[in-house]
Amino acid sequence: MNNQDQALIFELSTPGRIGYSLPEMDVPELDLTSLLPEEYLRDEEPSLPEVSELDIMRHYTALSRRNHGVDSGFYPLGSCTMKYNPKMNENVARYNGFVHIHPLQDESSVQGALELLYDLQQHLKEITGMDEVTLQPAAGAHGEWTGLMLIRAFHEANGDINRTKVIVPDSAHGTNPASATIAGFETITVKSDEKGLVDLEDLRRVIGEDTAALMLTNPNTLGLFEENILEMAEIVHNAGGKLYYDGANLNAVLSKARPGDMGFDVVHLNLHKTFTGPHGGGGPGSGPVGVKVDLIPFLPKPVIEKQGSEYVLDYNRPQSIGRVKPYYGNFGINVRAYTYIRSMGPDGLKAVTENAVLNANYMMRRLAEYYDLPFDKHCKHEFVLSGRRQKKLGVRTLDIAKRLLDFGYHPPTIYFPLNVEECIMIEPTETESKETLDAFIEAMIQIAKEAEENPEIVQEAPHTTVVSRLDETTAARKPILKYQKAE
Amino acid sequence: MQHRYLPMTENDKQAMLEAIGVSSVDELFSDIPEKVRFKGEYNIKPAKSETSLMKELAKLAGRNADLKTNASFLGAGVYDHYIPVIVDHVLSRSEFYTAYTPYQPEISQGELQAIFEFQTMICELTGMDVANSSMYDGGTALAEAAMLSAGHTKRSTIIVSNAVHPEARDVLKTYAKGQHLRVVEAPVKDGITDAEALKNLMNDDVAAVIIQYPNFFGRIEPLKDFEEMIHQYKALFVASSNPLSLGILTPPGKFGADIVVGDAQPFGIPTAFGGPHCGYFAVTNKLMRKVPGRLVGQTKDEQGRRGFVLTLQAREQHIRRDKATSNICSNQALNALAASVAMTALGKSGVREMAAANIQKAHYSKSAFKQAGFEIVNEGPSFNEFIIKLKKPVKEVNRKLLEKGIIGGYDLGRDYPELYNHMLIAVTEQRTKEEIDTFVKEVGDLHE
Repeated sequence: MNNQDQALIFELSTPGRIGYSLPEMDVPELDLTSLLPEEYLRDEEPSLPEVSELDIMRHYTALSRRNHGVDSGFYPLGSCTMKYNPKMNENVARYNGFVHIHPLQDESSVQGALELLYDLQQHLKEITGMDEVTLQPAAGAHGEWTGLMLIRAFHEANGDINRTKVIVPDSAHGTNPASATIAGFETITVKSDEKGLVDLEDLRRVIGEDTAALMLTNPNTLGLFEENILEMAEIVHNAGGKLYYDGANLNAVLSKARPGDMGFDVVHLNLHKTFTGPHGGGGPGSGPVGVKVDLIPFLPKPVIEKQGSEYVLDYNRPQSIGRVKPYYGNFGINVRAYTYIRSMGPDGLKAVTENAVLNANYMMRRLAEYYDLPFDKHCKHEFVLSGRRQKKLGVRTLDIAKRLLDFGYHPPTIYFPLNVEECIMIEPTETESKETLDAFIEAMIQIAKEAEENPEIVQEAPHTTVVSRLDETTAARKPILKYQKAE
Repeated sequence: MQHRYLPMTENDKQAMLEAIGVSSVDELFSDIPEKVRFKGEYNIKPAKSETSLMKELAKLAGRNADLKTNASFLGAGVYDHYIPVIVDHVLSRSEFYTAYTPYQPEISQGELQAIFEFQTMICELTGMDVANSSMYDGGTALAEAAMLSAGHTKRSTIIVSNAVHPEARDVLKTYAKGQHLRVVEAPVKDGITDAEALKNLMNDDVAAVIIQYPNFFGRIEPLKDFEEMIHQYKALFVASSNPLSLGILTPPGKFGADIVVGDAQPFGIPTAFGGPHCGYFAVTNKLMRKVPGRLVGQTKDEQGRRGFVLTLQAREQHIRRDKATSNICSNQALNALAASVAMTALGKSGVREMAAANIQKAHYSKSAFKQAGFEIVNEGPSFNEFIIKLKKPVKEVNRKLLEKGIIGGYDLGRDYPELYNHMLIAVTEQRTKEEIDTFVKEVGDLHE
């Protein structure tokens, strides 16, 4: 990485330069004032940059060099499944017949696209053990909200209108309670026990006639499989509630356990995690939702169906919750996920989970000597450590994360889940080699030693990045959210 | 098994199992109860090699009529526009597309700065003070604007013009159910929102009035006429806007809009069968702390160097959980980057020139249809879309047009029963005079 301040594109602007080549204006041009009322004609041009094509390419190349992606180096960000993004997917998603088709074209002219979506649904049904899948939600959180709206519609259709509460574990992703609120529910928290699993006693205490659903991630955010899942399903179902599966951690159980077989009624998947749609610097994702048969009537419309040899969009769904997104979801990401699934096949997907879990357990055992391991049992695809031992030496988990930057790594997820002190959550994924894991482990060991012998070097990290720690307090107190020309 | 995406060899695995202290990988799954354990393999299609899978999928793609082989006059919210070639070259930098949300600012300055620039450009175009880092799409951005308004005003009625995109209205209604909001649709008269009727709908429970500009029929709504009426009732004024049109139209911010949302798809983002596109969300300073989603702010590092961070995170789900302003987590960052690159390439003069070209070519098409004896329905000031009335069902005409390499316009009868046989035609800068003339002639021939 270079060490120079990177100018904003606006600061590189020079009046008169251009970076575009518009199609020829081959129709007669009229005076715009004759076509539009004057007060609707903009009187001040937007201050957009004026730069040449090379200026643009250099600017964004410079920015890219100030950014760390999976292709730059190891990225063990827990709960985010930062695996390799296959290049083939990128090529396929750019085929003209996929990238340059319009969502409102006649169905007969997009049969290839509909077939792909339909077949992706079939694959996801088998993978999750659910009865039907919608590909409409744009991201995981969007899928959560969609799933909860389905549950809501189900209860309402049964005249069960007093189910106003959604239960989430204290270790849940923040999106779970947020999605519950947007879907109009009140969130109730259920505690974890000393083993890191949902406390069944507490679940029995909070569940009741007002319970709409229990949202669960399995394995949970500690990377532990909820062993009592069948008992939990029974508790929830006996109370008349529905069981919701947050698919953020599906990478841990491909071919090992299916949400549908565990008793889940609704599932969302994060295709950008388990199924390699790239994370894109924050998105786009794709968050398909799978349901059991009793929830099918409520699925968002349209539903993609096969009639004979033809694929159609079915809008005639009187009980549907309606649309959750214009058109049919993030098609481009769905194409990538489909390409990936077809590249792996059934044995490949099985190997994905086996390697992901092997990698996580290997790292966990090798690091257990140097960092506190709050839950000493086999993990699934990720695990958590606690930095409380280092905290006593004055070195916080944040410092450890920042020190990892000096070694060229993206740090793990930190301070999440909330029920572990000074939490460090590591997810290596299956696409990393043993050499990569070993090098990262060595770095973590060295940092643990530094915390004891030379804490300043950790506390003052990072030392090698283009900027050092940034003042986030001032950023929030006096927000500067856009470029303003210096006076 | 060995696969090109999976580096572990048998030797690696053995060494790792030993370090863990187990004899097989299966042991690591012993915590999964026997009853729920999946035995065997998924019943899905077997793996294919790179070559044969690419061939199969190319064939599948080939079964779709694409906008590069056919001349498209279809818009209705998604448009075939000029995408500077450079856009995809920037997007293909894998430092951008293989990264995630910039949680670690020291190694994410590239993404953070690019988003900061995006926020600035959206503010410039919309005439607003603050823009976020992106939403899923224009439709969900509109629904989020309604929820923000309801929360801010503590009211529960949302008025949405019937000239707002029908699918966006559908999404709004789904969100409204969850939030117990009442959605009232304001009627349209002569192609624009009926101001009189809107006035009659206003009351003290109205949280927001949503107007699309240009509207779904391509018409330029007289925003000025609505502002006073909306603010008189202390409701928020929400405009949903095609950002390309704002290269030439007076921005909604100038007309007193409180929230401006829309989709940045016209800037560098392919139609892609409807997604991923890129919602944007812009507000006045007053509403800054109620914005959904990520915001990037400028700050300094310990040495005083300029840098960028995610900021005002106390609004967001990972901090506030059930009290967050929205549940959005992942957004459309890569598409926001595409839009940024396109807005940068077009720049100050290009955005205006491209917007003007849309008006000119659409106007030329309108005149050509009139000359061919068609009625332009509800004619008035418009951007790049207008309506013609056919004697036959639009679907039928479109199927015939496709045989001639033309993707016809949108069938308005799908959403507006009274507009059966009405076609909404979009003409962007991409269409040549020759394509337009052919289109008019072919529709004319089918009309007979």
